[in-house]
Amino acid sequence: MNTVTLTLKKVPELYLECEQVTPDTFAGKTLDQIAGITGYHGKEMPTMGEYFTITGESGATAAETKIVVNGDCTKIKYLGAKMTAGEMVINSACDMYTGAWMKGGKLTVNGDVHSFCGLAMAGGEFIINGNAGNYLGAAYRGDWRGMSGGVLRVKGNAGSDVATFMTGGEMIIGGDVDIHLGTHMEGGKIILKGDANRRIGGQLVKGEIYVFGTINVMLPGYKPVGEVELEVDGTKAKFVDYIGDLGERHPKRKGETVYGHLYMKK
Amino acid sequence: MSEYIIRNGHVFDPVQGIKGDKKDIAVNDGKIVDKVGSGAKVIDAKDKTVMAGALEVHAHVAGPKVNAGRWYRPEDKHFDSHKKPGMTRIEGGKSIPTVFKTGYEYARLGFTFAMEAAMPPLYARHVHEEIHDTPIIDEAALPVFGNNWFILEYLKNQEIENTAAYIAWVLRQTKGYGVKCVNPGGTEAWAWGLNCLTIHDPVPYFDITPAEIITGLIKANEFLGLPHSMHLHQNDLGNPGNYKTTIDSLKLAENIKATNNFGREQVLHSTHIQFHSYKGTNWGDFESGAKEVMDYVNKQKNLTIDTGNVTLDETTTMTADGPFEHHLHGLNHLKWFNVDVELETAAGIVPFIYDPNNAVFASQWAVGLEIALYAKDPMRCFITTDHPNAGPFTRYPRVYSWLMSKKVRDERLNSFKKADKVISATTLQEIDREITLYELAAMTRAGPAKCLGLSKDYGGLKVGMNADIAIYNINPDKFPSDGPSIEKAFANVAYLFKDGKICVEEGKVVDMGHKQTFWVDAKVKENKQVMHDVREKFLRYYSVNEANYPVPESYAPHQHIISVDASGVR
Repeated sequence: MNTVTLTLKKVPELYLECEQVTPDTFAGKTLDQIAGITGYHGKEMPTMGEYFTITGESGATAAETKIVVNGDCTKIKYLGAKMTAGEMVINSACDMYTGAWMKGGKLTVNGDVHSFCGLAMAGGEFIINGNAGNYLGAAYRGDWRGMSGGVLRVKGNAGSDVATFMTGGEMIIGGDVDIHLGTHMEGGKIILKGDANRRIGGQLVKGEIYVFGTINVMLPGYKPVGEVELEVDGTKAKFVDYIGDLGERHPKRKGETVYGHLYMKK
Repeated sequence: MSEYIIRNGHVFDPVQGIKGDKKDIAVNDGKIVDKVGSGAKVIDAKDKTVMAGALEVHAHVAGPKVNAGRWYRPEDKHFDSHKKPGMTRIEGGKSIPTVFKTGYEYARLGFTFAMEAAMPPLYARHVHEEIHDTPIIDEAALPVFGNNWFILEYLKNQEIENTAAYIAWVLRQTKGYGVKCVNPGGTEAWAWGLNCLTIHDPVPYFDITPAEIITGLIKANEFLGLPHSMHLHQNDLGNPGNYKTTIDSLKLAENIKATNNFGREQVLHSTHIQFHSYKGTNWGDFESGAKEVMDYVNKQKNLTIDTGNVTLDETTTMTADGPFEHHLHGLNHLKWFNVDVELETAAGIVPFIYDPNNAVFASQWAVGLEIALYAKDPMRCFITTDHPNAGPFTRYPRVYSWLMSKKVRDERLNSFKKADKVISATTLQEIDREITLYELAAMTRAGPAKCLGLSKDYGGLKVGMNADIAIYNINPDKFPSDGPSIEKAFANVAYLFKDGKICVEEGKVVDMGHKQTFWVDAKVKENKQVMHDVREKFLRYYSVNEANYPVPESYAPHQHIISVDASGVR
């Protein structure tokens, strides 16, 4: 695997949208060609070369290309968005839409991310070694297709409206979340190691939410149906199994209604 | 204004019976003329196809429900929003494009006129604001009447003259073009949680049937002698077995003769008939009823139809058929928007994905094509996608490719995941017909122009008609054989003339033209009863004052008024 290293030369005055910084666009390109790739800065379209020192070499395909981004990326959006293969490591905090619509490969952020990251993620591995903002792994505004595949792991806390309209894949949050976790969820798995605020699994149709900590206020649409012994993300423990959201429609399979499950660690 | 001479193109014009002959078309001062001076600018149309500008007979392109679709579907714009080089603005949206994109795209496809298919009278101002902002193409809008309390009350007592007087009043207040009727009685019944699924289901409280509403509106339309006929979206849209209700509704027009000074021959236009041509009792035993419906339509000379072709895209359904949208939401569970428009109508919106892997959607696709291919008279069958309900209008080139090439449509048919099911549920595979360029010109130009009562100026290339001309990069002697090439040729005109000005050149918009808003001013005898009823209903029920109801002229500054005089009719 070949590595291209981008080092930020100057922090953008507005926000720099780096939708093109992915192994997919970098693959097979020379450093000069990569430096010529454009992004949006307001209504202007500067080149990557204007903002980054670019070294290393890209691979022939996305899968053989690794991108390392250094410098303060707090004003950079869309890093790794829509990537399908290869690897990216961002050694900084970064702004919105990081890893949005990601389909494959591995994306690691060694810092915090802002909102709308991992939006509608469909595959691959996205690791955030910091905190995440709101709408992590959710659906785009108005859309009903949230995270559908892959693994999204946050070391710290995440904000509100995380995993809205999730339909598949797995999300692991090391810390706490605010309100509205897994709203409208219709598949997939969320593992929350810390505490949650209110309205967890509202209008959830299908899927599983595991909570290791506490929920500030439980929704009335969840009903305890028993206790189960489970191994969740490497931890064996006893959980109380709640079914829900009872206020929402649920599909039937072989005559049996399929409910969503909320597991609370005892 | 500048003069042009379009030389050596293959001209297709059903108005004059020209079938691809090489002919020069001269343009002066916005009109097609006999000849022009030697200073005229020459447009070389050698190896190209020349047709009149196309007319859209039924699309939802302006007004409150279109805009509600835009704001509640930001995701429709997210992946499809771009700025093309040149004078155009940002073009956003796929199934519910911005007004700017609507104008540009219609022009690029060779269209010069579009009919907004459903205008709620109370929100007519919004419709006209959007029409005014849509560049290049001329437009008009049809106010909806099929669930209007005035109409239900008058027609209950078979008061055709009062119905006509009320329609004339609404057309003037709303700057409307004609009479649209959506799910007659059903939308009103839905206020009671009910629907009218046959033409004999009574409307609660008003105690009238859809059959009485349809017949009454046809008669009132002919009483006034409007340029367009009654325009009907029938009961029981989109349900298996509905083809019987469709034929029952069409039969109501039997023995009614068209009365007008516009050369229109039909008394009933039945829209997006694909959605109304289903056999079977449920989605499992669903079959096409296109043959039965078209056998009837072909026999009846006083009917016109449009297809409503499913394009197999993700789109946004929107209609004044409120109960249907609620039903659709129950099927796909996607977000549902609904509004009730006081005494007049209602509307609903639900996003919809016509997934080609689903046998039902693929069959709907086939039914739409069957309708067009079974049509014996292309002057009475028009191609639409009921934009955006069956698909965005920007997919017309693809629909044309399916209709014009058996190879292209069979490739699509056979590559469906459930092809066997689609083939057995429909008759599409047995149809060999390929629509010719001449027939296409009838289905998209001359036919719709005649149906809308605009055949004096639109739909043909005869001397004296509007110089609305579309020139395509298609050599009829070497007609492309593969789908993508056909699509490409129809998607971007080589030239589009609107009123004698070049507005599009090789797919690039170069002029915004001078668009006009058409509406019909119908004069009737003074009718004290109707004016009294209007006053009373505004005082008792409407949320607005009567004086705030009309659309001021400032909302349609470039209006083209068509006058009809029914004051002497008895």
